Amino acid sequence: MKDVIIIGAGVSGCAVARELSRYELDICVLEKESDVCEGTSKANSGIVHGGFDAKPGTLKAKLNVLGNQMMDEMAEKLDFPFRRNGAMVVCQSKEEMAVLEELMERGKKNGVEGMEMLSRSQALLLEPNLADTVYAAIHIPSSGIVCPFEMNLAYAENAVQNGVQFHLETEVKQIEKMENGFRVLTDKGMFETRFLINAAGVYADIFHNMVSREKIHITPRRGEYCLLDKNAGNLVERTIFQIPTPKGKGVLVTPTVHGNLLIGPTAADITDKEGTETTSDGLEEVMKKCTKSVKNIPKRQIITSFAGLRAHEDDGDFIIQEVKDAKGFIDVAGIESPGLSSVPAIGVYVRDIMAGLTELCEKKEFCEHRKRITRISELSREEQNGLIQENPAYGQIVCRCEGVTMGEILDAIHRPLGATTLDGIKRRTRAGMGRCQAGFCTPKNMELLAEELHLELKDIRKTGRRDAR
Amino acid sequence: MRSCDLVIIGGGPAGLAAAVAAKKKGINDILVIERDERLGGILNQCIHNGFGLHTFKEELTGPEYADRFIRQVQELGIVCQTNSMVLNITSEKKVTVLSRTEGMQDIQAKSIILAMGCRERPRGALNIPGYRPQGIYTAGTAQRLVNMEGYLPGKEVVILGSGDIGLIMARRMTLEGAHVQVVAELMPYSGGLKRNIVQCLEDYGIPLKLCHTVIDIRGKQRLEGVTLAEVDENGRPIPGTEEEYCCDTLLLSCGLIPENELSQGMGVRMNPVTNGPVVDESLETSIPGVFACGNVLHVHDLVDFVSEEAKCAGECAADYILGQLDKAGKRGIAIEVEGGIRYTVPAEILPERMRGNLKVRFRVGNVYRNCYISVYLDEKRIAHKRKQIVTSGETEEVILEKEQLEGASRPEKIRIVLECGEKQD
Repeated sequence: MKDVIIIGAGVSGCAVARELSRYELDICVLEKESDVCEGTSKANSGIVHGGFDAKPGTLKAKLNVLGNQMMDEMAEKLDFPFRRNGAMVVCQSKEEMAVLEELMERGKKNGVEGMEMLSRSQALLLEPNLADTVYAAIHIPSSGIVCPFEMNLAYAENAVQNGVQFHLETEVKQIEKMENGFRVLTDKGMFETRFLINAAGVYADIFHNMVSREKIHITPRRGEYCLLDKNAGNLVERTIFQIPTPKGKGVLVTPTVHGNLLIGPTAADITDKEGTETTSDGLEEVMKKCTKSVKNIPKRQIITSFAGLRAHEDDGDFIIQEVKDAKGFIDVAGIESPGLSSVPAIGVYVRDIMAGLTELCEKKEFCEHRKRITRISELSREEQNGLIQENPAYGQIVCRCEGVTMGEILDAIHRPLGATTLDGIKRRTRAGMGRCQAGFCTPKNMELLAEELHLELKDIRKTGRRDAR
Repeated sequence: MRSCDLVIIGGGPAGLAAAVAAKKKGINDILVIERDERLGGILNQCIHNGFGLHTFKEELTGPEYADRFIRQVQELGIVCQTNSMVLNITSEKKVTVLSRTEGMQDIQAKSIILAMGCRERPRGALNIPGYRPQGIYTAGTAQRLVNMEGYLPGKEVVILGSGDIGLIMARRMTLEGAHVQVVAELMPYSGGLKRNIVQCLEDYGIPLKLCHTVIDIRGKQRLEGVTLAEVDENGRPIPGTEEEYCCDTLLLSCGLIPENELSQGMGVRMNPVTNGPVVDESLETSIPGVFACGNVLHVHDLVDFVSEEAKCAGECAADYILGQLDKAGKRGIAIEVEGGIRYTVPAEILPERMRGNLKVRFRVGNVYRNCYISVYLDEKRIAHKRKQIVTSGETEEVILEKEQLEGASRPEKIRIVLECGEKQD
């Protein structure tokens, strides 16, 4: 019998796993896909929100502000890219000023520091490419950007370092309550556990409803994005939001932590929990709406587009609690924006819930640091040449666009929870994320995966489970 | 810091021909830097024939064509460094190279020839909606997988775009046992060579659907199908014309983009039409001593023209190193284009530096029938050549004579004009 099973290896599940790995607990994570970070966590804006948007008093407001404050420390300890680039919310008219004022008010109540109201001319001094229609703005200096893949991987890898087991390609089919825990039936066999944590993203309602009479309902809310070339990454320094809509924070324009420009998302409620396709209407909407906040967006520089699903619960707030009629079953559900921002705090919050349910004994050997893949492009000349002498694979570029070496790709394959697919390599190293979108590096990466994992070329997948068609 | 008279970036057809030409002009200190493990560039994966008709008066395969130049390079003792990637070039011509053997290394060059080639436009840049499953490749990536890795990406194939690599791959996939269902082209005409349409599509009964594009991609993990639709004159899908295709492979042949990250990094002036550097009659860029040739300069239809252009770049770079080519006190004449001509290479001529007659190459942006290509020096027409057809897929050329541009007859401007054509669409 396990102590804890976590369903879902997205960023929430992995953060919970990492926080609980501090204690003498036998923990495992079940994930239906072939890699961590395969659902909502891989397709979002990558923003660490200031915390001004959530309704005061909600769990979203509390954990967002807390998560934001914790982010520097987490980024340092777990070695993922994070930058406080600041954000603006822009409005289009005098009438819309009331909305900005309300956001200022909310921000103060939520404990967001440093927010200021800017006139058009003040805003232009900070962001010269704001659209001509922008009337005024709020400046939120504490807002930031992270690499969502690296953050998810960082929590997961650190959890593995501290003894958490991951069962990938393991889909939970059924959950049965036992006297003192749960029996979890999967397509890879049966597990038993004292505590079950439901961090299943858009599927969290299904698992919750298996054990509880009080049903919850999660709507996949699709958001489509376009990613632009690094040539366009300097168009804005900050993340530029428009005033929020009933379905979210509207279309934003932001640099990414790697220097691209990201525009989106849309917000469309759908029923298909796997509906991550883009649509022509959605992409058109992104390209139209982004011009309301920022001008001169070079749409010819779009290198890819993608869609992600927000896990929107009907009541609109995060649900992070023990289920009343299922002792030992803890929901981490409805984690939509500002979910990524809240993740460090979500991990701690779940730990506190667990501490109320069972005695937690700290492990002496807990390691709170994790190192990411060494990137040749980030080293000094001396370090580069030292590393290449030691391991010549770092002297061979595989991905031209992002300057990724074979050494980095081999590390991505062989580290804990290593890459087994082309997308897995991409999220770990950025090989294939650049302007040619994997045109040049695909054959080499296929060859490396085949060689290192002792597979044939025909068995190398871009993404997804081994047993899927 | 290591120094070198001439550093050539790229060991494909352009870089190799340039190296041979510079060596023959007396430059001994040459370094060719190639990122792949072997010389030859993209020719290595072009195992079809049809190369070399102009250069060698015989039909060679890509690797055979490359081999002719690789042998010359070897015989001439030109130093080539493979598996080496140039990461940066400064405006002072300091080249930073990364390799397994030398690590990160700086090389100071007297002269540089840019010969990095081009890349293919990816799906993302086309903004095709749908899922992002396995089975979508640019035609060139598929070509490498089939011809060099021995891996057939799929069995039921749809090709979007009728660029030459897409046409070649339609035939290649068919010969490997795949079923190529259709080639769809957004434009009302193909972007490829006529001979490829005949030999790669018509001979195999593969339909070419003009004014069609992919509007949806199905299949979450592995491609399951695509939807084609006809487009109107603005390229927008026409409702009601949708057709579903079941396929496991979608190849994209939707344009080539010169790879000029290094050129832009060093600050050479770029031409927004070609996406290549602006060059003069000596193929010299806006930075003295830096030359460009091959597909990095503009996308060519035939490799023979690449070799010819590269020979010129190599010779001019040699002249520069020997102190026989400079711009001081010389003023260029710009070439202007009209009537559907998109660009010319070169875009500017310094008549004093012309080494005799000069071929000016250009492309048109559509298909034109029964037209004339005219050359005007100021208002005086000096050439008026009838063409039955000109197409965007094939480069055209005019020849300018040194005497026409020099001395008393020197014009203020040169205009190349496409006249009286019937545009196809």
